[in-house]
Amino acid sequence: MVDGGTVGEGTPDGADAVNAAADGGRTAGAGAGGGFIELDRVEKVFAVRRRTGLLRSERREVRAVDALSFTVARGEMVGYIGPNGAGKSTTVKMLTGILTPSGGRLRVAGIDPARERTRLAQRIGVVFGQRTTLWWDLPLIDSYRLMHRMYRIPRARYRENLDRCVELLELGDLLDVPVRQLSLGQRMRGDIAAALLHDPEVLYLDEPTIGLDVVSKARVREFLRDLNAERGTTVLLTTHDLQDIEQVCSRVMVIDHGRLVYDGPLAGLHEAGGSERVLVVDLERELPPIEAPPARVVRVEGPRQWLAFPAAQSAAPLVARIAAEHPLVDLSVREPDIEAVIARMYAATAPVTPP
Amino acid sequence: MGAGRLYAAVAAGGFRRYATYRVATAAGVFTNTVFGLILVYTYLALWDVRPHLGGYDRAQAVTYVWLGQACLAALAIGGGGVEDELIERIRTGDIAIDLYRPADLQLWWLAGDLGRAVFQLLGRGVAPFVLGSLLFPVALPSDVLTWTAFLGTVLLAMLVSFGIRYLVALSTFWLMDGRGALQMMMITGFFCSGMLLPLNVFPGALGDVVRVLPWSSLLQAPADVLLGRAGALGTYLFQAAWAVALLLAGRLLQSVATRRVVVQGG
Repeated sequence: MVDGGTVGEGTPDGADAVNAAADGGRTAGAGAGGGFIELDRVEKVFAVRRRTGLLRSERREVRAVDALSFTVARGEMVGYIGPNGAGKSTTVKMLTGILTPSGGRLRVAGIDPARERTRLAQRIGVVFGQRTTLWWDLPLIDSYRLMHRMYRIPRARYRENLDRCVELLELGDLLDVPVRQLSLGQRMRGDIAAALLHDPEVLYLDEPTIGLDVVSKARVREFLRDLNAERGTTVLLTTHDLQDIEQVCSRVMVIDHGRLVYDGPLAGLHEAGGSERVLVVDLERELPPIEAPPARVVRVEGPRQWLAFPAAQSAAPLVARIAAEHPLVDLSVREPDIEAVIARMYAATAPVTPP
Repeated sequence: MGAGRLYAAVAAGGFRRYATYRVATAAGVFTNTVFGLILVYTYLALWDVRPHLGGYDRAQAVTYVWLGQACLAALAIGGGGVEDELIERIRTGDIAIDLYRPADLQLWWLAGDLGRAVFQLLGRGVAPFVLGSLLFPVALPSDVLTWTAFLGTVLLAMLVSFGIRYLVALSTFWLMDGRGALQMMMITGFFCSGMLLPLNVFPGALGDVVRVLPWSSLLQAPADVLLGRAGALGTYLFQAAWAVALLLAGRLLQSVATRRVVVQGG
């Protein structure tokens, strides 16, 4: 449930003025048809020991993931977001089989990852923004040759995939360069290629654009879109950069405190977060606050007034009405800030139950 | 077949990774030579006072010193093999990447370490050994068979050495940091392998114990075969038994570690 009425003071940012009208439980857009990735009430509980005295320690349970259920269809591109410590990485580690869930049922391509990690590894690709699978001291191509052996990729297939990645990710000049000499953006592209040589059916990316410059980010995003369009690769992307989601994903899942708090299209987040747009009007002179429900004045500064109204509603009738009733000089509409919507979602204490 | 080629590729990579750093290799050769000289003069002084100490004559004692310097890096007697990297990967959570791979963790690291060991034997071991043999009277075998048998013991020593270091590295899953374990490994390694003094000079029960510990496979065992003081077959059996035991223990610890231990870092 989103907390109502926390209005940031003094900042002329539209979203700060949003007054949340929360009415929980809206989620949409779960993968239609057969689930390629299926989670049914998956839990992960860690036991944490804390020192309480010289010799005494207290054993406490931390629920990193709590009754998490969702389905991702083959070929979907899903953004997985949440604040630090929300359980994103834990989920990805369970999906790849390096952590065993404490409870619930988890399947990827019909395989239980924790039990058949090595078999599943042939079918998935994993990329970490902050870690690398490449051989640090050796030229990039050596790591790719190793992938060739490790995944037993048929020669022709390997050649074809490598050529394609080299072309699309512009790695041609880098193949003979030791990985330690690559820039972060170059290394990231190198890592993405390494994860795709064996034609994985699903690609997990953990913050693939972290620390990259604008051009490198755009290149990575474009490559992911192409990959999905051409190969139908399922993509699960965790990120803190909402532009990644906006430009790559058709669906977004928000996780907090180990629970799903939103699952649906990115646009739906505005509605789910009860976000509002703000109409800024400049009048001829100072006037008392304009009355034009459902919009309400959230700020007045001399002849300028800020009116908040639900994001889903058209601004046209409101503008027409104000123009007709008041001496209007100028106006502008500020779109709600998606980051602020999500920040408020993270701040909300009681999570919305997923469907 | 396919798997064998993968690990061969990993080993080749391990070899080439260490071969990349030529200045480090040259510095290593220099260090081994200097330490060899210091030890040789120390040993000679000792053997002057106690001739035939441990059953060695002066030439054999000198040979033992240069053999130790030749094997020190390759067998990572004081550490310095792939365990440093493995510990770092466990500590930072990069180990997650290794676990995502469709490859066996232990074989992967073993292959990489063997590649490293072979490079360091050639790159760092041969030069000080040859130099030492030219400067001092040494007792080297003249038949190819003994040399071949000796190389066999060095190969087995590489397996035993990895077996020990892999266990130490895996302890990081529980200890969260490997520095303490590495320090202990270094001291134990130097003392128990015979790096400081040949194990056959150790008196009484202490000598009996260190001679059956796995570390005696590292330096004492190859030295015994090279100096003609032990048969190859018995030495092979002793080393192989420790290699199998340690590698199996590593496998067991690995399965416990990957099943129930937290992979660190987000």
